[in-house]
Amino acid sequence: MSPRQQKLASAALIVGVFVFWELFCLAAGISELILPRPSRIIEAFLQFAPAIAPHAWQTLYTTLVGFFFGVLIGLSLGVLIGSSKLAYDTCYPLLVGISSIPKVAVVPIFVLWFGAGTVPAILTAMIICIFPIVVNVSTGIATVEPELEDVMRSLKASKLEILWNVGLPRSLPYFFAALKVAITLSFVGSVIAETVASNKGVGNMMLIASSQFNVPLVFSGLMVLAVMGISLYAIFAFLERRMTGWATRKNIA
Amino acid sequence: MIGKEFVKFEGVGVTYGARADKTQALCPTDLSIAQGDFVALVGPSGCGKSTILKLVSELLKPSEGHIFFGGRELGAKPVRVGMAFQSASLLQWMTVRDNVMLPLKIVPPFKAEFRAKRHGEFKDRVDALLEQVGLIDFADKSPWQLSGGMMQRANLCRALVHDPDLLLLDEPFGALDQFTREELWQTLQDLWMSRKSTVLLVTHDLREAAYLANRVCVMSARPGRILEDREVAFQRPRKIDITFEQSFIQLVQDLRQMIVHAPAVAKADAA
Repeated sequence: MSPRQQKLASAALIVGVFVFWELFCLAAGISELILPRPSRIIEAFLQFAPAIAPHAWQTLYTTLVGFFFGVLIGLSLGVLIGSSKLAYDTCYPLLVGISSIPKVAVVPIFVLWFGAGTVPAILTAMIICIFPIVVNVSTGIATVEPELEDVMRSLKASKLEILWNVGLPRSLPYFFAALKVAITLSFVGSVIAETVASNKGVGNMMLIASSQFNVPLVFSGLMVLAVMGISLYAIFAFLERRMTGWATRKNIA
Repeated sequence: MIGKEFVKFEGVGVTYGARADKTQALCPTDLSIAQGDFVALVGPSGCGKSTILKLVSELLKPSEGHIFFGGRELGAKPVRVGMAFQSASLLQWMTVRDNVMLPLKIVPPFKAEFRAKRHGEFKDRVDALLEQVGLIDFADKSPWQLSGGMMQRANLCRALVHDPDLLLLDEPFGALDQFTREELWQTLQDLWMSRKSTVLLVTHDLREAAYLANRVCVMSARPGRILEDREVAFQRPRKIDITFEQSFIQLVQDLRQMIVHAPAVAKADAA
């Protein structure tokens, strides 16, 4: 199958799923309170758009701020841990421990410390995306070929020079792979926090809409989240292709 | 062509590990390499050939003995070395030219002028080297677009671009097929003859050692020591044809005999 046909097939599948969903709901006579049809969801979205917008912005804002700090911390920790075998071995168990805590469980603690609202959402989005970045970046740096390191050391390169010229560029593909995972996780984090403890954001809006049995609105919230998530993913996938084409042996002009 | 003593080992030995499970990698060794000489170290694997390279390049510290460089103890003054290993380990995200240029970014005095000259003088310098090894048409290509032989050519260029006092090669052609290897022998000979660098080559290919080197040092199995230091007097530049001459074949056979029938080292001798 040519790449063009492949893309066409993917698009057809997506459209097909929605058409099937619409027809299935119509044919089986499923109540709107259980599963609204896609056309009803879009209708609800258009109807409530002005009301949804501030919530969507809030979610996007907390996600991106949390993601930004998560990347900053994750990258620094990853570089630090990856550059030293000792730090790598020492810190790894602690990191695995922290990462295995379900992030939903820490939201109440953040609320206790900072009160309900924006800050817990940002923090949850942040901590949820730190771990994949640390793991990927440190792996990229720690797995520099020993021969290459010997060549650099025989040139009397400092640790920093080796990191800058070899370690960091080498870990870029790992870093971008982690960013794609992290941005989606950030959304999970901020929406969870909004659902648990906030009066703003798409998560909170969905919670209120469901308590009012406005199921089409709940689903339009879901749609907004999906669109935002996919868009950000696409942006980072694009950046990845541009910056690390060498890793997949594509020609970068 | 061959000048005064350049590198000198005085009773240099290397021992790994703590008291209980001490392993002697290199018996106390004396070795002297003259300026501009081409010395090959041959021997069975694990005999400490690479250990000697690591000592000279200061990647490893000797457990005993002293290493002198131009009459001064190693470490007193920075020694400029170039190294190349069996795996070319070129940086995949850079062009071949930028890969070769890397040492100029790190080694003084080039380092200070790197920003100013990277598109001018340094580029010309790299291109001249690439021209000499026949890679100039691939200067703007990525490393993965090269064949194994071409990667090793680039690797050699990277080891030489900063005019090292000493070129250290650790089985650089070990992963190549016979034809490519012989081509690269000639390339290396050309580079050495035109640059007059001092070369220390570690190899397990006896023909390679006999073809390339002025002196072949044969080492014993671990713990390593130098069994024989043999002059190789064939005329330069050497052609591949000499490898089929009787005297060449005889030399390779002699070297082989020495390694195969090396006397086993008694424990007492090692200690």
